Amino acid sequence: MNPVPVTSVQARFTRTPLVVRKERQQAAVRLVLLAMAVLMVLPLVAIVGHLVVQAWPALSWEFLVDVPRRGMTEGGIWPALVGTVYLVFISLAVSAPIGVLAAIYLNEYARDNWFTRAINLAVITLAGVPSIVHALFGLGAFVYAARFGYSILAASLTLAIMTLPVIIASTREALAAVPVAFREACWNVGATRWQTIRAIVLPNSISGILTGVILQVSRAAGETAPILFTGAVFFKAVQRGDLFPYRLTDQCMALSMHLYTVSTQVPNVREAIPWATAVVLLGAVLAVNAAAIALRVWLRNRKRW
Amino acid sequence: MAPNSSNGAVAPPRQARSRRSVWGERAIELLIYASGVSAIVFILAILFFILREAAPVLFSDRFSLTQFLFSTEWYPTSASNVRYGTLALSAGTLAVTVLAMVLAVPFGLGGAVFLSQFCGPRLRESLKIIIELLAAIPSVVWGFIGLTVMSRLIVTYTGAPVGVNVLNGGIILALMSVPIIVSIGEDALKAVPDSYIEAATAMGATRWQLVFRVLLPAARNGLLAAVLLGVGRAIGETMAVLMATGHAVQIPHGILDSVRTLTANIAAELGEAPAGSEHYQVLFLTGVLLFAITMLVNLAADLIIRGVRARK
Amino acid sequence: MNAATPKIAVKDLSLAYSGTEVIHGITFDVRPNEILGIIGPARSGKTSLLRCLNRTIDFIAGARVAGEIRIDGADIRAVRDVHALRRTIGMVAPLPVGLPLSIYDNVAFAPRCAGLTRRADLDPLVERCLRQAALWDEVKDRLGSLGTALSGGQQQRLTIARALSHQPEILCLDEFSIAIDPVTTMRIEDVLRELRREITIILVTNLTHQARRLTDRTMFLWNGRIIELDRSDVIFSDQPSRQETLEYVNGIFG
Repeated sequence: MNPVPVTSVQARFTRTPLVVRKERQQAAVRLVLLAMAVLMVLPLVAIVGHLVVQAWPALSWEFLVDVPRRGMTEGGIWPALVGTVYLVFISLAVSAPIGVLAAIYLNEYARDNWFTRAINLAVITLAGVPSIVHALFGLGAFVYAARFGYSILAASLTLAIMTLPVIIASTREALAAVPVAFREACWNVGATRWQTIRAIVLPNSISGILTGVILQVSRAAGETAPILFTGAVFFKAVQRGDLFPYRLTDQCMALSMHLYTVSTQVPNVREAIPWATAVVLLGAVLAVNAAAIALRVWLRNRKRW
Repeated sequence: MAPNSSNGAVAPPRQARSRRSVWGERAIELLIYASGVSAIVFILAILFFILREAAPVLFSDRFSLTQFLFSTEWYPTSASNVRYGTLALSAGTLAVTVLAMVLAVPFGLGGAVFLSQFCGPRLRESLKIIIELLAAIPSVVWGFIGLTVMSRLIVTYTGAPVGVNVLNGGIILALMSVPIIVSIGEDALKAVPDSYIEAATAMGATRWQLVFRVLLPAARNGLLAAVLLGVGRAIGETMAVLMATGHAVQIPHGILDSVRTLTANIAAELGEAPAGSEHYQVLFLTGVLLFAITMLVNLAADLIIRGVRARK
Repeated sequence: MNAATPKIAVKDLSLAYSGTEVIHGITFDVRPNEILGIIGPARSGKTSLLRCLNRTIDFIAGARVAGEIRIDGADIRAVRDVHALRRTIGMVAPLPVGLPLSIYDNVAFAPRCAGLTRRADLDPLVERCLRQAALWDEVKDRLGSLGTALSGGQQQRLTIARALSHQPEILCLDEFSIAIDPVTTMRIEDVLRELRREITIILVTNLTHQARRLTDRTMFLWNGRIIELDRSDVIFSDQPSRQETLEYVNGIFG
């Protein structure tokens, strides 16, 4: 027998100076990175807080439903609010079906060949096209070539094409989350591709698809450049509280455009009005996003397999 | 022999599906196929329509492509001396983008490393949600913030005469790009095989050594792609830079100079350029240039990302 | 149909995944109403072979099939309705797959896809399939609950019920017992003995005891080639015609 000295046992698991140094170093690194993360988060909190404080004097129900008055230096944002709703829903009506079906094609039908690669490339390129280039396209294609004129229709179609990649990407992700084993089980019993998609794939990815559609809403609501030259105007006279002030061929006001206008183009605006407009726009976009996130969390907790 | 003759009580489900359901299926599959192709149609349509509007000026004798690309003189509405040189605008885009990346890349990559290695699952989830919300803030709101809050801060702390300049645009664009860099970067770090991490940990590496010696080299390409996507977003951004960088068409000599970017220039001038005029056509040509630049950047990012996936 | 006509005739079947050949020109017959066992180590092409039979291999990118498979004399590559072809073959995968549907809908799925939608037709069919899969008694009071909520063994029997629901003439089981307990396995084996009076069964298994118990003939597949195909009592005897078979069956390699 060769008894191990007690001290050596202790020594074996005691931290050497090297280890101590390494641990200190690691703690420092963690602190630095934490500071960076906080610095990333801080802007959101600071921005929202500052905006709300500045906007407070103007924020009221009245502000939402009233029309702009005295050359937009006073009054509310009703026409812009309704205009944004128009633009968002019309663009959604176009891009959601096309986007979801395109994602179904890419995820369920496409074979691994040059054609599929070309489509993927197109989607990636489409996602990267700058918003102002979309505006140029909308102007050339919808306003002039298709003769829609400066109109809600032209602006919505421009927005729809711009947001298409968002829907395609999120829908593909939702579809890909359904296990392949389910599809194979269906094919094995003689189900066609579409029967499999309708009975198994879609019902189990619909919440994910919805999340993507909601994100499209938030993206479309915030965009300014694509509607700048296709259908949004500085000012449009509208009845206070009128729910259906526009026709498809009309030009309209939009929240994002209105924020740009009152903060850069209109002199002598009441101080709080641009801030309040920004708060309404930001609040709407963040609320929609929060809804999408909540939906995603909720669906993660009720998986069916 | 009839199959399953022993259970003749039940009608075998061999009967054909109704003609309506078969045709309905064909119709919907046709729609699916058409939608799949639509992405290609749209991208070609975009290229076609902006080229179509820009084309006449390309073949006009009064226009020189060299001048368009390499001259700093941009006098589109001058009565006597019309010049369409976009070099100053490109320089503006470059300056703002580079500054934005200098600020955003360390934070973005640091954030990605922190998220993937240094924080618990609950903190990670909360941070990811906040980053997602940060990414959702509309660019016009960012522009508004630049115009009001940031410009006042810059004037106060740097003594610059105007607060809307390269620095302002760079900070705003950095804030806009960080979320992309963080989320794509985190994906790239997650894609590093667990076995690398386990092996390094088993050899007694600290987290820090693990990150610096193992994770970052292994995820190099994915992180590069994340940065490129951030660059793509910064170059293409319009409203924020329109409102935050001032309106001076000049090559900046310092970060406190005002500039105008390619995108902001289109947004600022398209409204005043009569449709079909030379000025209008040149603005569309700028759009073609932007399309080409962002496409190259995004395709490069995609190639790198796909390279990462193929190697796994 | 006389016993001399094979139910399935496979001739010179080769299969390559993106250029790498995994099945090298195999030829064999499956007789009507027999249970054919297929044994062999992992990656010898057993599952791929089954995929070729019901042409789900078509879904796999880069797979290339050469040779000929005939079912009841008809070339499966010439069939006009591939979905009908798949319905003549029941396929049970190694891991149980309950679809995220109710138990009832799991079993009624295939008949519905085939165009059988009347409840009066479906009810007895669902009950019969669940009975055949020895699952009816356990689930008859909760046919509306989720198939994915069942235990692994129950899900495997649900998978079998689903494979029977389109009334196949051939049933392929791919190592069906690796995810379930021995008692359930025995019950399913009993079911298979019942079923063989009506249909032809191909049983991929690596349990040599199971193959010995159930099968009429056994095929030893190794690296995409048939080493030996003979009556099971020969394959599992002391004197199969090939040395490799003896060694594999006795656990010397593989």
